[in-house]
Formats: sequence, structure tokens, C-alpha cells
Amino acid sequence: MSMSWPTDSLTRAERRALAQSTSRPTSFNIARPAWTNAALGVGGLLALLVLWWLGTDVLASPDGFIRHFSPTTAIPKLIVLLSGPDLPVHILVSLRRVLVGLGFALLVGVPLGLAIGSFQRLNSATSPAFQFLRMISPLSWMPIAVMVFGVGDDPIYFMLAFAAVWPIVLNTAEGVRRLQPAWLSLASSLAATRWETLWHVILPGVLGHVLTGLRLAIGIVWIVLVPCEMLGVSAGLGYFILDTRDRLAYSELMATVLMIGLLGFLLDAGARALYRLATRSHA
Amino acid sequence: MTQLALHPSRHDAPALETPVLQAPILQARGVALRYPGQSRATIEGFDFALAPGETVSLLGSSGVGKSSLLRVLAGLQAPTEGHVTMNDAPLVGVHPRVAVAFQDPSLLPWLTLEKNVAFGLDFKHQPRQSRAESEARVEMAIREVGLTQSRRKFPAELSGGMAQRTALARCLARKPEILLLDEPFGALDEVTRTEMQHLLLKVVRDFRTAAILITHDIDEALLVSDRILLLGGAPASAIGEWRIDLPKPREDFIAELGAIRVDILSTLRGTAQRRAA
Ligand SMILES: Nc1ncnc2c1ncn2[C@@H]1O[C@H](COP(=O)(O)OP(=O)(O)OP(=O)(O)O)[C@@H](O)[C@H]1O
Ligand SMILES: [Mg+2]
Repeated sequence: MSMSWPTDSLTRAERRALAQSTSRPTSFNIARPAWTNAALGVGGLLALLVLWWLGTDVLASPDGFIRHFSPTTAIPKLIVLLSGPDLPVHILVSLRRVLVGLGFALLVGVPLGLAIGSFQRLNSATSPAFQFLRMISPLSWMPIAVMVFGVGDDPIYFMLAFAAVWPIVLNTAEGVRRLQPAWLSLASSLAATRWETLWHVILPGVLGHVLTGLRLAIGIVWIVLVPCEMLGVSAGLGYFILDTRDRLAYSELMATVLMIGLLGFLLDAGARALYRLATRSHA
Repeated sequence: MTQLALHPSRHDAPALETPVLQAPILQARGVALRYPGQSRATIEGFDFALAPGETVSLLGSSGVGKSSLLRVLAGLQAPTEGHVTMNDAPLVGVHPRVAVAFQDPSLLPWLTLEKNVAFGLDFKHQPRQSRAESEARVEMAIREVGLTQSRRKFPAELSGGMAQRTALARCLARKPEILLLDEPFGALDEVTRTEMQHLLLKVVRDFRTAAILITHDIDEALLVSDRILLLGGAPASAIGEWRIDLPKPREDFIAELGAIRVDILSTLRGTAQRRAA
């Protein structure tokens, strides 16, 4: 293509510049999108911070109530709280509830999803019922859950698992339907037992879908958790929010809100990393 | 090189007349297959004997029942009539020393090439063997198909030909007595397919394995097989058989092969005309 290019007459520096100018654009174009997206994302977060700051510290009147909620008080307060004795405990309590709730949801949701994905009739039989149950806010079970499970962690586990189970069931079932028939005929041509087929083909084959369901479930559970913890318990982030309100500790309240957002963000990032790790070879 | 009788290896025929002197490794007698809910059988009255080390190609028009027959011979599908025996024992399920491969290499994307080749070696119905033994087999199988360099790659990083080599290595790791191949090279380009045909010849020679190969490609059948079986009719049965006693590889015997090719084609055309009439 560059047969008539008079490279012979170029100096070494010019030749190097030419080589760079022809080789660079490709690598640059490939590298840009991921980098740009990350930069844009950080920019968006900074813009959010600036809006928060403008609304509470700059535009609000100097003695306005809203000043209690500004980032310049909430962020230092959060650091103080995190090094104090209370907040870390509440965080751990909340995270434990999330893990237990998700654990139960996986325990019920994955086998249920496998069964529904395998048997079309079961799918037809269950899908309207599931749509019905799914649309009931988990919080509306609260009184019933307390009556059945008593006061304490158990009703919260129930409500979190109830909220989390649907995306796991639906995604697992979808994963089963998307399994390649060739993988299953491979298993039978190797005389695999049902258990071996399940363990070596079906479960790894649906893992990506299960993790997608898990990620959606984490989002839902984290949102449902805080209101769940506002009733009948004495620990957890939801409890702590009401506690700060009752103590009129508004900067602590805002710091806790910030912490809830931060933890949710990290949980989601963790779920995404898990998904990427599990599906890295499939690209 | 002559067209034999329609059912050359009837089990009641005197042994002297059959060209197969060794006891057959795989034998089908009066096999019929009818899928549930279908009015007529897909296969009927199929008799067949495979000698140890023999390579047989199955030819036949699309939909005639070649894959169905292979599934019966593999023990993946029970025949509605008749028997399939391996080394004189009835075949129940897939025998550990029968290896099956399809047009789709069926590699599991979450396993490396190496793990894909090892896949299934430790299943319950496989013969017990030590870890070292199965590792050695896997390594040997990968070396045989020439993929040692790529053994840690994932299927997504393999070309179509490499994927099919991996599938073949997965068969070889089981030290098969019989290879059953259903259009294994059907999706490959011409050059890769030729390479794979030579690889198949090498594998059959190195492992002294018998093989049944379904193919759409008459030339492929002519180049690799000791015997070609033509399936036809509805329900399907063997309508022609050609024995090819030429050394392999056979690129130097184009003239001899050409004569058989013409014969096969005219038999095919004859059945097509009869069907049209
Ligand atoms: N699982 C099944 N259930 C019912 N009918 C089937 C099944 N598998 C195949 N058939 C029918 O049996 C007949 C033979 O199919 P088969 O796949 O064996 O043909 P084939 O010769 O392998 O065709 P091709 O060359 O296209 O692969 C077809 O009419 C097909 O519809
Ligand atoms: Mg077929």
C-alpha cells in the first residue's frame, strides 16, 4: 500500500515519527472506550457530589435546617463514625442479614430455577403464581413474618430471601433453557449419570445466569434491607438511621445514608467482579 | 471393489464366505428403529458387522437415518427391534471404549482444552484409573492431535479445526476400540478438512481403532474407509456396499477411486429415480 512512499529519503527521527503515527491510532482507538467510560463515570460521581454540596452548603440559607445534611459535615462525620464503636457493628449486622437472606434465596432459587427451566409444564404452571408473588412488596409480609417467626432476625431473613429469590429463580431457569443441546448430548455420549450431568454440565453452564440473578437480587435486598431494619430490631443500618433521627444527630444520619449508598455500590461491584471472573473464559 | 449382496454378513451365513475373518467387534442384527409417535420406522432390517481396526463410512441422502443409526450403534438409543452387540455382549448404554463425536465439537467453554479432553474420564461408568494414568492419557491424546502448545487455552480461543481436533483428542483419551463419528468435519473448510482426514488416518493407525464415519462427502469416504455402506430407502437399510482394498493415504489412486465413485453415484441416482417414479 505504501510502495511509492519515499521512506529512503527520511531521517531516522522522521521515520520513527511516521512509524508511531501509523501504529498509534489503532491501539489508541481500542484503549479509549473503557478508559473514557471510567473517566465519565468518575466525572458523574463528582458532579453528584458538587450538586449535593451546592444544594446544602452554597445555596441554602446559612441557618437553614438543610445545612445539617451537607457533605462537608457528613463526610468527616462518617470517618469519625467508622472509627467509633457503633457504626461498624451495625454494618456487620446488616451485611450478615444480607448474606443469610441471599444464601437462603440461592438455596431455594437455584434448584427451583433448574426444575422450572427443565420442565416446560412446571414453568407454565408456576409462572403466573410467581408473577403474583413477586409483585407483593416483601415489606407487606412484615406483620405476618413477625407473627410466624417471632421478633428478631428471622422475619428479616425471611423478607430478604423472599425479595431475592425471584430474580435468581427466573435467571436460573433462563440459563437452563439456554444450555447448548450439544453439551447435554456430550454428557450422554460419555455415559454421564444424571448427577454427573447436573454437576459437570448444567451447573457450570447456568453459573453465569445464576450470577446475573444474584446481582439483581443483591440490588433488591440492599434496598429492602433498610426499611426491614426499621421495625422491631435494635441493630443494623436501618435501625441506626432511626436512632440518629431520635437523637437529633442529623450529621450522623446523613453519614449513615452515605454509608448505605457506598456499601450498596461496593456490593454491586463485587457481584459484577464475580460474574466477570466466572465467565472470563467464555468471551 | 465389487458391489456385494444387500446383506452380506447375515449372521446365519457361513463364516467362510464373509470377507471379515476376525470376529466382529461390533455387530448389528435385524436392527429397526421407530421413533415414538411416528407412523413408519426410520430404520429397518439393518445387519452389520464391524471388524477390529476397520474403518467404515456411512453414506446416504440427508434425513435417511444415518445419525439415528449411529446413535443405535453407539448404545445412545435402544433399537425397537434387533440387537447390537459389542464383542458378543449386548450393548446397554454407551460402552466406555466406544467414543462418539459429532459435527459440533461440543467443547465446554468454561474448561481449558486440557480439561475438555479429560472431561468424563472420571465418570462413574468409566473404568477406574489413577490420576496419573488419566493425566498421561490426556497428554498423549493432545499430543496425538498436535495441540500440546494450546492445551491451556479456552475453547473461545480455538479455531474450528482446533476445536474438532480437541473433540477427537477427547475421544482418544478413552483409548477407544471404536470411534463413531457423525459428520465430524462437515463444518470445516476444504483445507482443514483434508488435514483432519489425514489426522483420522493417523489416529486409526496409531490406536488400531475401528471407526464408523458418517459423511456427506463421497471423496472423504473414498479416501479414509475400508468399506463404504450406502443407506437408502424409507425405512432405511443398506442398499449398497463397496470394499476398498487400497493402501492409505490414497491420493495416488485417484483412477481406482474414480471408478467406485461413479458406481456409488449411479446407485444413488438409481434409488432417486425409483423414489421419483
Ligand atoms: N429424536 C427424534 N425423534 C423423532 N424423529 C427423529 C429423531 N431424530 C431423527 N428423527 C427423524 O428420523 C429421520 C432420520 O434422521 P437422521 O438425523 O437420522 O438423518 P440423517 O441421515 O442423519 O440426516 P442428515 O444427513 O441431515 O444428518 C428424520 O426423518 C428425522 O426427522
Ligand atoms: Mg445426521
